[in-house]
Formats: sequence, structure tokens, C-alpha cells
Amino acid sequence: MTKKVEEICYHCGLDIPKGYHLAVTINKYAQPMCCSGCAAVAQAIVDNGLTTFYQHRTQSAETPEVLIPEQLMVYDNQQLQDSFVSSIDDNTNHHQASLILEGIVCAACVWLNERHVQQLEGVIDFRVNYSTHRATLVWDNTKIKLSDVLIAITDIGYRAHPYDPSRLEALQSKEKAKNLKRIAIAGVGMMQVMMLAISLYLGDALGMRENTYHFLRWVSLLLTAPVVVFASSLFFKSAWNDLKKGRVGMDVPVSIAILTAFTASLWATMSGQGDVYFDSVNMFTFFLLVGRYLEMQARHKAGQVAEALVRLLPDTAIRLVNGEQEIIPASELQKNDHVLVRAGDTIPADGIVLDGMSSVNESLLTGESIPVDKQKGADLIAGSINIESPLTMQVEQFGDNTVLSAITRLLDKAQAEKPQLALFANRVAVWFVLALLVIAVAVFSYWGFSVSIEKAFWITLSVLVVTCPCALSLATPVALTAATGKLTSSGMLTTSGHALETLAKVDHVVFDKTGTLTLGQLSLNETRLVQPNNASVLLTLAASLESYSEHPIAQAITVLSDERIDLSKISVVSGQGVQAVSEAIRYRIGKLDYVQDLVGRKRPEALQNLSGTQVYLASENEWLAAFDLQDTDRKESIQCIQQLHDLGIKTTILSGDHCTVVSALAEQLGINESYGDLNPQGKLQKIKQYQQAGEVVAMVGDGVNDAPVLAQAQVSIAMGKGAQLAQASADMVLLSENLLQVPQAIRTARSMKRIITQNFSWAIIYNVSAIPLAAAGLVLPWVAAIGMSASSLVVVLNSLRLRED
Amino acid sequence: MNALFLLILIGALVMLIVVVAFIMSINSGQYDDLDSPAHRILMDDDDPLIPGREVNNKNEDSK
Repeated sequence: MTKKVEEICYHCGLDIPKGYHLAVTINKYAQPMCCSGCAAVAQAIVDNGLTTFYQHRTQSAETPEVLIPEQLMVYDNQQLQDSFVSSIDDNTNHHQASLILEGIVCAACVWLNERHVQQLEGVIDFRVNYSTHRATLVWDNTKIKLSDVLIAITDIGYRAHPYDPSRLEALQSKEKAKNLKRIAIAGVGMMQVMMLAISLYLGDALGMRENTYHFLRWVSLLLTAPVVVFASSLFFKSAWNDLKKGRVGMDVPVSIAILTAFTASLWATMSGQGDVYFDSVNMFTFFLLVGRYLEMQARHKAGQVAEALVRLLPDTAIRLVNGEQEIIPASELQKNDHVLVRAGDTIPADGIVLDGMSSVNESLLTGESIPVDKQKGADLIAGSINIESPLTMQVEQFGDNTVLSAITRLLDKAQAEKPQLALFANRVAVWFVLALLVIAVAVFSYWGFSVSIEKAFWITLSVLVVTCPCALSLATPVALTAATGKLTSSGMLTTSGHALETLAKVDHVVFDKTGTLTLGQLSLNETRLVQPNNASVLLTLAASLESYSEHPIAQAITVLSDERIDLSKISVVSGQGVQAVSEAIRYRIGKLDYVQDLVGRKRPEALQNLSGTQVYLASENEWLAAFDLQDTDRKESIQCIQQLHDLGIKTTILSGDHCTVVSALAEQLGINESYGDLNPQGKLQKIKQYQQAGEVVAMVGDGVNDAPVLAQAQVSIAMGKGAQLAQASADMVLLSENLLQVPQAIRTARSMKRIITQNFSWAIIYNVSAIPLAAAGLVLPWVAAIGMSASSLVVVLNSLRLRED
Repeated sequence: MNALFLLILIGALVMLIVVVAFIMSINSGQYDDLDSPAHRILMDDDDPLIPGREVNNKNEDSK
């Protein structure tokens, strides 16, 4: 359905409410706006001469939230600034801070922010990273305050908050820079040494003067030395760490190969006899480093998704002292402080309601998106969001003692206890190293006894070099990269290395209910009318009444009709319903008790026995209608379950919802088992039970309450729109929100496993056939080089097949 | 023979310069953000610099 331009907001693209006329002149044309927020932002953009933004944007901007500038002032607090501001130069008062920008949807947003902020007096530099939405701000503290910059960003409709980049991101960029340098050195070394190696091979075949021959070898040695010392050190370190822990990973044979080949060549160059393998050392190092780099980039990208976790709790709180409001950093809150939480704010600490009535969204904790009503004396949980009206609360628990922190700790514990399946590559590596050592000893002793120690030394070295685990060590990473790339392009982000290999072995998939199998949004299931003949009039009445409420239940009813009737004397009672007068008759819509108060008698039979969330409508004279709202299933749920069963996988629902609701859904979708009324610990217990029974469990969930459970399962998949804490603890994130990707991912994981097995078989066949030749002393260095490249190429090409199906 | 020595040494020297230049470019942060510059260049924000086009008025996109 396309809408006429006049009907949608020029700034954010939302529908314009009926009878609302607001416009901003942009490039000489009056453009319609849906709310004063959009209008203010658009006006700010025009006033600053930044209208180019509207020409270059590829998506509508987000509807700006109304932010209160005082809230940002708190960032000028010196104590708070210590955690995220660094002083660049004491003489010039230049300070630097990193900001997370929210609301960026396209490249034009980046431009708009950079242009707008750089125009400010006192801002030295402002750069936005398009892919991570992080910005670096350098400003002169004597000319502008940090809060002024943040307010300027708010003016154009974005939200910025400082964060402390010193932890993860600084480490990541260091790792990235180091790896790039390694690649550069290995790449340049490879090019040079390859060139010399070709002349050496030609010299072998056509003849070459003795001193030229030695000269070329010495130059190769000098060029290879930095590659081994600096670029390959990565493998040596990780092999050493493995050995110290008594394990053998893939890096151990890799290190053995590089070190033996280099030492042998070094010895050959110094003594002037034997063969050199400098080209192999360089090429091997370079290709492995490039593979590691790609793997690292995928990991970092996934890490950034998790980074925003810090934002679960607000930075600031409004403390009430003797009736005066003061904005303070949330970290300074103390027990028994009185705090004002405005509508739309996040609750900063655990506590109880002292005054006010509102509904609070606790989806973070319970996964249920329907807000919970809170009155005087009710408990409030830090991190949940106050929706309707202001609350005054008394702080009971803060900082590390909140329920939220408890969940985070449970998550850490589960992550540490997570059963890890041994990776295939590492199991193969153990056997490979053992076999290699046995063969080397056997070859050495045979030639040592039968011919001479010297001959035995050279032949053993050529065996070790020929068995270079190039194809073996590429077998897994290349297939993993190909499979990960394929899944990412279809909307499934893989965040941990082992996820796909484990996913191939999964035989039990556990689902959370709300937000996973269902959408977590209410929609109308059934309408009951007392008098069926005036349905459309009643729907319009209901929709008009509910349009005054912000409650999610109300929104499900607001969409029932496009028309609105005129209402007067509107009163919205938080958590109860709406009352209004139309044509001198009072109407109420909302909860049963609230509506019954108006009518004064019990509801008629026609309106009874509803199963879901119920909303009643009545006038002061009579009952009119009842609406039954239910959470909608994702339409692909049934198909997803069906496909999983076809793959031979068991399915289970674990939910915090009532048992009856859960088992009804399980029956409808054909899910094997279902358990309701479970808290996070209960879910965790269930998963542990399955694991003790020897099952490999994958968990699909979305809420913060799922986070520890996700961490416990061998493979965890979080929904893309779910809580960030859940995503942070997940191995995979379902960005597309399409459940059919789950069986698809399992299929891809299984075919990846097949490809890896093929790669390993090929690498082993290659090595097994090359070893006898080398052991017989028949392998020339150039034959070994060609064999190694060819075997790696086969592995790479075979892995690329994963992208096709 | 002498020419060969010389050429190989020059080649190695050039490679050394390349590596040093590359490492300097990494250290100066050129590889920190590989996406934004590609988008930044596409933004036509040079209108005020072009005579007679202080503010562009026509061919406005209408959604």
C-alpha cells in the first residue's frame, strides 16, 4: 500500500495523525511533519544549512524521542567524566571522548552528524564510524561543554551517550593492527622469496654458478628470518600455550612444520649442502595469517553487537531531596534515596514504589512484553522501563546487588560451565602429531642404521617438510569461513568459532516461547458483541477511546478502525483503562473491574469465558463488547518445527508462562515436550538434565531471562530483536528473525561437517602417499612445493562448494 | 653478476620501504575504519563552493 506524500511525515515517514497540520519549509517547499519532535529536528537541520541530508538519505530518519537537556548536563560532572574522557594535551585543554550514536540508519545520517557537530565552536574533530555507529569527539573544554555537544546531536534527532572504549575495543583494534602488520611482512617476504626460489629451481635444472647459488640462498634466508620471527610468532605462542596446558591443537603441527622447514633451510644455507624450503615457509605463513585475519574480523563484528550491553541501566537518576529534584549519576545512588522515574525512563535501581501509579515493562527480566501494573508498595526492578506516568521510588538495592546483576552473574557462571565439544580439527591434530613423530623416528633410525646419520638427517627433514599440515590446517577454517559467510548473508550471524561445528551435532532444539515462537505482540483474537448489529460503530468507538492510551494492549485495539469519533472529558487511568464522553454518554474501555464500576452490574454471559488478555467496553447504561487479545505465533513456526523433526531433531518449549498456554502452543505446533512456569534457574536445570542424558542441546531465545540458559546450551541462538544481553551470550544471532533459518543453519552446519571430513580425508591421503616417497629420499624441494600448493588449492575449492547450495 | 647483486639489493630495499610505509599507515589509523570513507565521498556537500548554487532548490526528492 503506497501512501500519498501528504499523509506521511517528511522526516520520519510515519503516518500523520488526522487533523494534525504541522509543516517545515525545506528547500522552499512546505513539508508535512507528524509531531513537534520531527518538526523541531527538521527545523534545526534547515537552520544549520544541512538540508542536503534529505536528498542523500536512503531511509527515513527515526522519530526523535523528546529528550530533556538537563539529563545530558550530568555528563559534565567531573567524577563521571573520569570514566570516559581522556585529556589529549594539558596545555590546550583538548579532551577526547568516545560516543555511541543511536538512530543512524544510513550514510546521510553520518554526514549530518559530522557536519552539524563540526560546525560547533570549540569542537576540534568529530568522526563517525559508519559500520559501528561509534564516534570520536575531540573538543576544547574552555570553549564548549560536553553536554552542549550531546544536546546539539539531540537537536538533529539522534541520541549520543559516552562510553568507555578502553576495554574491548582498544584490545580489538590492537589485535587487528598487529595481525595486519604480520600479513604485510609475510606477504612482502613471500613475494621476494618466491622470485628468488624460481631462479634457484631454474638453476637446479639448467645449472648455475656456485657463488650465485649461495648468494641467492643467503638473501632468501635474510628475507625469511623476519617472517618467521615476527609473523609466525602468533602460531608459536598459541602452540606453546596449548602444550603448557597439555593439549595439542592445530597450531602445534603448524609450528613444527614452520620451525623444521626453517631450521633445515638455515642449516642448508650455512653448510652449503641440502635443500632449502624458504618459499614454502613464507607461503604457508602468509595463507594461514590471511585465514586467521578473516576469522578475527568476523569475531570482532559479532563482539560489537554485544558491546551495547552497558546501556541496560541509565547513567543518570533524578533524586528527590526535600522535594527538590536533582540529577545525579546513577552510580551515586544510595539505599533509601527517593528517586523520581518519569514516563519512558529506565528504572535505575531495585526498589519499591512510594507514590504514583503506572505500568512498567519488565520484558528484560520475564520476556513478557505486556507491561505490569505498579502501585504504591510494588517492587521495581532496575533496568525495566516505566511506561505511562511518573513514579517516585525508594531505592532498596543498587549497583551489584540488583536482580539484573544477579542474572549477569548467573550468565557468567553458565558460560564458564558450558560443556565444550572437542573440535574435530584438534582431535585430528593430536593423531597427526603422534603419527608424524613416530614416522620421523622410524625414518631416521632406518636410514641412520642402513646408510649414514647425515643422510638420515636430510631425509627425515624432507619427510617433516612434505607432511607440512598445510591442507590439514586449512581444512576447517576455509570451510568455516564459507559456511559462516553463507549464513550471514541469509540473516544468521555466527559469533563464536565452535558454533557451526557443534550445531551439526545438535539433536535437541529448545525454544523459549514469547518473542521466539510467538511475536510477543498482542493482536485481536476474538470480538464478542452484546448486540451484533452495530459492530463497526463499536469498533470505531473502541479504537477512538484507546487511541488516548500508550499501553501496548491499547495499541492493538487502536488499529481496529481508521475512523475516529469526537470524544470529550477524556481520562486515562494507568493500568485500568480509558473513560470519555461522547454525545452525553460516558464510555469506559479497559479492565473488567474498571468497566464494571461504570456499568454497575455483572457482565452478560455473551462476554464471558474468554481465554487470552481481555478488554471490555461499556457505556454507563449497558455492556457493549469484549475483545480477546492473544500473542500471535510466528507464521513460520510450524514449518520450522516440521523441518527440525525431518532432520531427526527433538523439540521442546521451556517458558515462564502458564503451563496451559505453553502446552496448547506445543500441541498446535507439534512440539515434542513443553514445560511452563519455569524461572531462569528452572530452565537452566532442564537444559543441564538434557545434557547429562547425553544430548547436544541448541537453545533459541530472546530475553535477558534467557541469557543464562542460552549460555548453558552447547549452541545458543538469540533473536535479532531480543534483549542485547541475550545476544551477548549467544553463539549465533538470528538477525532476520526468520525461524526457518534455524533448520537451514543446521543443514548448512551438517554439510559443512561433511566438507570438512572430505578435506581432512584428502589431506591425509595426500600426506600418506607423499610420506613414502619422501622417506625413500625421492622428493625434490620443488616437487614438495607444488604438492603442497595443489593440496591446499583442492581444500579451498572444495570448501567453496558450501556457498552454492 | 654485479648487476644481479645490485638489483636484488635494490629490490630488498624497496620492499623494506613498502613494509615501513604500510606499518606507518596502520599505526596512523588508516585501517581502523574501512567503510565510512567510501560513503563519505559520495555526499555532495560542496554546493556552497560552486558559484551560483548557494542553495540547491530543484530536483528535490519527493517520497
